[in-house]
Amino acid sequence: MSFPLLTATAALPAIGAVATAAVPAARRTAAKWLALIFSLATLVLAGIALARFEPGGARYQLTESHAWIKDFGVRYELGVDGIGVALMALTALLIPFVILAGWHDADPLETKSSRWRPTQGFFALILMVEAMVILSFEATDVFLFYILFEAMLIPMYFLIGGFGDRAHTGSDENAAAQRSYAAVKFLLYNLVGGLVMLAAVIGLYVVAGTFSLSEIAEARANGSLSMATGTERWLFLGFFFAFAVKAPLWPLHTWLPNAMGEATSPVAVLITAVVDKVGTFAMLRFCLQLFPEASKWATPVIIVLALISIVYGALLAVGQRDIKRLIAYASISHFGFIILGIFAMTSQGQSGATLYMVNHGISTAALMLVAGFLITRRGSRLIADYGGVQKVAPILAGTFLIGGLATLSLPGLAPFVSEFLVLVGAFSAYPAAGIIATTGIVLAALYVLVLYQRTMTGPVKAEVQGMADLKVRELVVVLPLIALLLFLGVYPKPLTEIVNPAVQHTMSDVQKKDPQPEVEAAK
Amino acid sequence: MSATAVHSLWTTAGGMASAAPAEKFKAPVIEYTQLTPVLIVIGVAVVGVLVEAFVPRRARYYTQVFLAVVALAAAFAAVVGLAAGGYGTTKAHIAAMGAIAIDGPTLFLQGTILLTALVAVFTFAERRLDPASHGNQVDSFAAQAASVPGSDSEKAAVRAGFTTTEVFPLVLFSVAGMLVFPAANDLLTLFVALEVFSLPLYLLCAVARRKRLMSQEAAVKYFLLGAFSSAFLLFGIALLYGYAGSVSYAAIAHVVDGSVTQIDPALADTMGNDALLLIGGAMILTGLLFKVGAVPFHMWTPDVYQGAPTPVTGFMAAATKVAAFGALLRLLYVVLPGLAWDWRPVMWAVAIVTMLGGAIVAITQTDIKRLLAYSSIAHAGFILAGVIATTPDGISSVLFYLGAYSFVTVGAFAVVTLVRDAGGEATHLSKWAGLGRRSPLVAAVFAVFLLAFAGIPLTSGFAGKFAVFKAAAEGGAGGLVVVGVISSAIAAFFYIRVIVLMFFSEPKADGPTVAVPSPLTMTTIAVGVAVTLVLGLAPQYFLDLAGQAGVFVR
Repeated sequence: MSFPLLTATAALPAIGAVATAAVPAARRTAAKWLALIFSLATLVLAGIALARFEPGGARYQLTESHAWIKDFGVRYELGVDGIGVALMALTALLIPFVILAGWHDADPLETKSSRWRPTQGFFALILMVEAMVILSFEATDVFLFYILFEAMLIPMYFLIGGFGDRAHTGSDENAAAQRSYAAVKFLLYNLVGGLVMLAAVIGLYVVAGTFSLSEIAEARANGSLSMATGTERWLFLGFFFAFAVKAPLWPLHTWLPNAMGEATSPVAVLITAVVDKVGTFAMLRFCLQLFPEASKWATPVIIVLALISIVYGALLAVGQRDIKRLIAYASISHFGFIILGIFAMTSQGQSGATLYMVNHGISTAALMLVAGFLITRRGSRLIADYGGVQKVAPILAGTFLIGGLATLSLPGLAPFVSEFLVLVGAFSAYPAAGIIATTGIVLAALYVLVLYQRTMTGPVKAEVQGMADLKVRELVVVLPLIALLLFLGVYPKPLTEIVNPAVQHTMSDVQKKDPQPEVEAAK
Repeated sequence: MSATAVHSLWTTAGGMASAAPAEKFKAPVIEYTQLTPVLIVIGVAVVGVLVEAFVPRRARYYTQVFLAVVALAAAFAAVVGLAAGGYGTTKAHIAAMGAIAIDGPTLFLQGTILLTALVAVFTFAERRLDPASHGNQVDSFAAQAASVPGSDSEKAAVRAGFTTTEVFPLVLFSVAGMLVFPAANDLLTLFVALEVFSLPLYLLCAVARRKRLMSQEAAVKYFLLGAFSSAFLLFGIALLYGYAGSVSYAAIAHVVDGSVTQIDPALADTMGNDALLLIGGAMILTGLLFKVGAVPFHMWTPDVYQGAPTPVTGFMAAATKVAAFGALLRLLYVVLPGLAWDWRPVMWAVAIVTMLGGAIVAITQTDIKRLLAYSSIAHAGFILAGVIATTPDGISSVLFYLGAYSFVTVGAFAVVTLVRDAGGEATHLSKWAGLGRRSPLVAAVFAVFLLAFAGIPLTSGFAGKFAVFKAAAEGGAGGLVVVGVISSAIAAFFYIRVIVLMFFSEPKADGPTVAVPSPLTMTTIAVGVAVTLVLGLAPQYFLDLAGQAGVFVR
């Protein structure tokens, strides 16, 4: 038996979480370093997995399979395709930055009783989320995936509710109430989604008799498993509902602005750049693969919802007064693009969507973390409280601008490639959808540039005067992300090479071929 | 040619040969070894009564605790011995002249009840939580149950340092009844077992040390409604006897199937009359549904759970449910399978209103014990979904759920006993605000139990819920699964609300303190957490056990 690389990649942060939580109350700094070391070690393992992954090889690689709960037909089955390995690497990459950026976010305000250890808890929870997200990208057993999909809500919930943004507008009590409201809203939305999915998971078992993706796919291929059209559609809806809440897709998105607004910036990054990706990833892996016919049946409605997400998210982002909520609505718009790319059912669209997941993760992390540094300095999330920052803190302003430009998909930065692919893919299948989606880009330019203009340019506000520029720790967080954005913007090939074969598999699952240009035929 | 046919030839031949009544009367054959779990518990309970009479007061507490623990452990060992001897599977049979069925479900449920009772008894024996009164360590029970609350005699009893050590024999009697209840194989045994386990519970509810009036009120309410439901059960038994000419499960099942053609001449008018069957069956079900706390027979649950001493609540909530669902399963699967088309729609309706009713009403609760009471109602609904499956998977999933649920329940109520203020346990939810900041460990443990109640993956609650819903879906009750999922979502809301309160609210200045318990309560809570996590992460062994146990002997 070979070394269980995938299990190790997920187990390492879990062990790190336990170790971090066990650090005594007084040794806060040790806990932080421990968490950072574990997250870096996880990154190394994920890097090895990425290197060992052969793009042209079998669909699922590095597979592991062990008996787990026989009575439920559940196995502990892991394996990654190109999409899974890319997202796994993204997660492992982002967590060290999240930890570094949140270095002081959970320092106790005053030394309370010695048993209260918020710092240890904060970093342990982050590592716990990392472990579960990584394992969910690797799971090829529906039940195993479901368990992780649900279980990761709990540490996320404590991260949102327990460690709010210190920069709030109202009183302490008010902030605590808003924070716990945001946490409960996050949990209830996702829990309801998950429970609906549970019904569908049970239904799938009743129909298929197994939870193994490979077994179900095989049974479908050789005809021993055929689902009635109605059954397949109901099951598809059950799964899709949960993923649409998580992604989030309009009109199930309303928890995201609350959660991202109230959480600390690193946790907001964790939500939108890491955890939400599980939703869009699962659409690709589970919805399309398990229910290809129903996916095609639902495509028109989903594309319309995705378009609404794109335009609505962008419009609301334009109107926001709160920096973090603005980024949240921008994310909703971007998730619309990802879902549009997935359900355009063209290979450009799906490759684009997968790239988009990775690039959106990096660009949002960059923008949000810099925004977090800014907010910590001034103690306010309101755009109106800023002005002229670029004169006082030019590096901060510069990195903020690059993050923002990445968010509006400026050519030369990574998100451009993916957004372009999604639009091409959508246009070739549904020209009207492609055209409407393009308005999202225009609006993106508006909300990003207006945000920059209002906060960074103009006369220096009194409160902004004397604001410190980025410190070394913050630069260590931001610069690698920006370098990555530039690199993947100019040379996306390493990523596309890994992703494309997986996309071809998914395309063949739904038995879709790319629409061919019809110029020749017309002649 | 079956053994029964031969047997009946013999009996008829014997009957014809012997005209003398003395020879017709046969000495009953009782398989004492197979009844050892029950006999041990009852025997020690009787000894416990004698201890109350003859052992000096100072030594009673230790003697009783020792006896109770030893009895429950020994009885559990006996159950394990029987199961190892194959009585749960290959040697499953009907013992004690048809009164008791020794089979998989019996042994599984008896084991569960005994273990639950064992950890619950630890909380009964806890004496470190209440501040010592007049230099005597006291437990959760009244100094002298007979003294009027607030009277001089009560004060005298408190000053003298009396404790109600009778609770231990009472628990043992109750456990003995619970052991017989799911094993009962005729309706009379069922009724006797019901009374044997209920009467001590009524008493136990009344003996709280603090809030005595509330405790006594709960006991009276429980007793009156319990007596009412017993009457229903008894009336139903009479009607079923009229219908079948027998109280034996197997005989009634045969009449329901229509495989019995011989009519008892004395009952010629009524035998086989479906009206009797339906009304009688419904009345018996009513009696059992009362005990499991299903809507609309749940009214007693919140008041009794709130008023009873918390250790008793924990024991009652866990063990009664196990015993009552065992009896319900046996009744529906052994006696009335031929009637499944009639009872399934009714049980569908009961399950739906129970799940939704419990979950919805729980949202408005402000007392932690009442909240857990409504949550237990919702859980009864989930278990009913598994009962309705009418498949072997249905049985084993219900068995598994009961095992998982009972340990979570005992553990959760044990935590409730720890959170105290000057007036005893601080059960009002507002007082739990900020508990997570003051005592992170206790709050975290309670959060684990709440998450298990909510059925979050990686806890036993999820494994149980999944097993039950899967069985229901496979048994063709997909609609119930959908309702179950919806009510799980509703239920999640109020479990989460408690977690919010504990972790995200600022602690109040005059908030309760968390008492440091003795190793007894710690053991209870630790066992609860361990079982919750083990059954959540690696349930396979226990699912196997429940799967093997999931066959009723007829």
